[in-house]
Amino acid sequence: MAAFSNLTDRINHIFSKLKNRGALTELEIKQAMREVRVALLEADVNFSVAKEFISNVTEKAVGEEILKSLTPGQQVIKIVNEQLIELLGSTQSKLGVSPKLPTIIMMCGLQGAGKTTMCGKLAYYLQKQGKKVLLVADDIYRPAAIKQLEIVADKVKAGFFQMGQQNPTKIATNAVEFATKNGFDTVIIDTAGRLHINEELMDELKSIKKAVNVFETLLVVDSMTGQDAVTVAKSFDEALDITGVIMTKLDGDTRGGATLSIKAVTGKPIKFVGTGERPEDLEAFHPDRMASRILGMGDVLTLIERAQATFDEQEALKLAKKIKESTFDLNDFLQQFEQMGKMGDLNDLVGMIPGASKLTLGDKKIDEKQLKRNKAIIQSMTLEERSNPKLLNYSRRKRIAAGSGVQVSDVNKLIKQYEQTRDMMKRMTKSRRLLF
Amino acid sequence: MGFFQKIIDGLKKTKQRIGFKLNELFKRGIFNDDFYDELEFILLSADIGEDTTIDIIETLRERMTEDNISDPKKANEYLKEVMLEILGDEHLELNPPTVITVVGVNGVGKTTTIGKLANIFIKKGKSVVVAAADTFRAAASEQLEVWADRAKVRIIKHEEGSDPAAVVFDALSSAKSRKTDVVLVDTAGRLHNKKNLMEELKKINRVVERECPNAQRINLIVLDATTGQNALSQVDVFNEAIDLDGIVLTKLDGTAKGGVVLAIKHDMDIPVYFVGVGEGIDDLMEFDAESYIEGII
Repeated sequence: MAAFSNLTDRINHIFSKLKNRGALTELEIKQAMREVRVALLEADVNFSVAKEFISNVTEKAVGEEILKSLTPGQQVIKIVNEQLIELLGSTQSKLGVSPKLPTIIMMCGLQGAGKTTMCGKLAYYLQKQGKKVLLVADDIYRPAAIKQLEIVADKVKAGFFQMGQQNPTKIATNAVEFATKNGFDTVIIDTAGRLHINEELMDELKSIKKAVNVFETLLVVDSMTGQDAVTVAKSFDEALDITGVIMTKLDGDTRGGATLSIKAVTGKPIKFVGTGERPEDLEAFHPDRMASRILGMGDVLTLIERAQATFDEQEALKLAKKIKESTFDLNDFLQQFEQMGKMGDLNDLVGMIPGASKLTLGDKKIDEKQLKRNKAIIQSMTLEERSNPKLLNYSRRKRIAAGSGVQVSDVNKLIKQYEQTRDMMKRMTKSRRLLF
Repeated sequence: MGFFQKIIDGLKKTKQRIGFKLNELFKRGIFNDDFYDELEFILLSADIGEDTTIDIIETLRERMTEDNISDPKKANEYLKEVMLEILGDEHLELNPPTVITVVGVNGVGKTTTIGKLANIFIKKGKSVVVAAADTFRAAASEQLEVWADRAKVRIIKHEEGSDPAAVVFDALSSAKSRKTDVVLVDTAGRLHNKKNLMEELKKINRVVERECPNAQRINLIVLDATTGQNALSQVDVFNEAIDLDGIVLTKLDGTAKGGVVLAIKHDMDIPVYFVGVGEGIDDLMEFDAESYIEGII
């Protein structure tokens, strides 16, 4: 699988070779950069963008600054990181609010980029900020597209507007009228997927944009897109003067290299990334975090943010108290499993931990089924057993195994796991180390 | 209008860009390091990928040196030949009863492809039933229903959220009792690193195996031509879950070339069987390696 390993692994690999050297020659930097180039291309960074990136980094790396530095490897990583952040865009941008309500957002992009799903996520996100959102079905071509948006709107409890297969511009105009009358402050228009070279359909978008006062024109791009991403983004930008980009499907094993080069070519900010199938799987785009992630420094900030959003603060305080008083029992262990389940795909979380991608996890991916099984085992215990695990003798374990449909050895494993966790927590509170 | 013309039309813009550059390059008639550097750039920007590109270039360089080639036209022929050798020339032979399972990640065009495939088989005089086993995405079965209607084939569907394997079971039972030639199974788009979704695919596969042990079974992966090197990893993971027999390359009517299929054939020996070149029901055709290469370089 060497050929498919991601950019993080590649760059880690390259610099693990560099790290231990005292000084670097020009030739060595060039060699390292050759591998950086390969890694960037494998991550689908646009060829020209990669070329420019390499020449910038090389220019900065070769020369006195680096040769005189004490740890050249670290210096190179720093330069690569800085350049990458620059490439990704240096500031974080958010969605704007139109001075004249409603704020109208138009979604556009190729077929299958994930526009309709993203409409639901944006609605969910904005509603959490107190906005009242109307979703408008303006894809009159794809079979069942209207129905799909209706289901999505229903799921996130947003308003929904459709007029069947009528003229898209007319639908948009009527939708905005409807929004104004019914107190919606945000309108999201879901347009049909189209090819950037289809002039007729591109004109349709221009017409919608002209007819209603579109405030944000967002281009939705599949983060697995290859070299062509730049062509697509350029064409959409030239035709519609987009205000931002949303990258979708970043929960696959893709590094989204090509989508990142869109920023370099269009100069338009990447505003959000879609990371899963649930409405809440949407994250604001942070160039620095993304760069760190690409360079294998982990995405700790996102991980912490996600944990904070999910973990109930009071629960956390209670847990901290329990750890301190060493009364952490199986009830608390069960609660931990439940909290973890709420945080989303565990394998995604692992990817955010620094160095975790380097661990030889291989096929030993974290199994969500295992998590469920563990929950079932604890749920098959009596309340007394949960708060006093010492009671769990063989016959009780046998009963629990039968009750949760597992082997006794599975129950033993879980108890062992619990004991280890408890002990680890004790040690942690003693050494006052943080969880992350 | 044949395959060739459609491909040429679809890739017109691309050809103007890439083909022009390539022509200029060959016309110079100087085959030095600069030539190969430039050729590398051109191949890489077609998403062919680093490994395969280097292989193509090395082979070309070897043969050109060996035969002492300096004629630009001949050099061009040599390049096509090298690429053609990688792609091969394989076609899908139907041997009914046939069960075709169509897989792929979200948004590549699986449902659309099923509709078009049904149409192709109907036109060949086969009877077809489609199974709406994407019970996950909102309105997926409605979308397939529209396509089934267009192609005039039967559809078996359950409600959203139901067990996909049960849908497949019903479709197979229906096909057996009516002696239907081809069963087309539409599956949910899944990002290939989601383990449980892959397990679901394996389950579908087991149902087919158990219910129709003697049927011809074909597993097709749908790839979006705009996808870059991640397509390699998509094929690799799906191939591990269910053995893949071939590729349907969709959305070739844009400016993307889908050159990653060369890398896939090169690395994993999985051939392209069909290409999608538009949204109409007739816009799916059998893959022809020669026309394809003609179209992209």
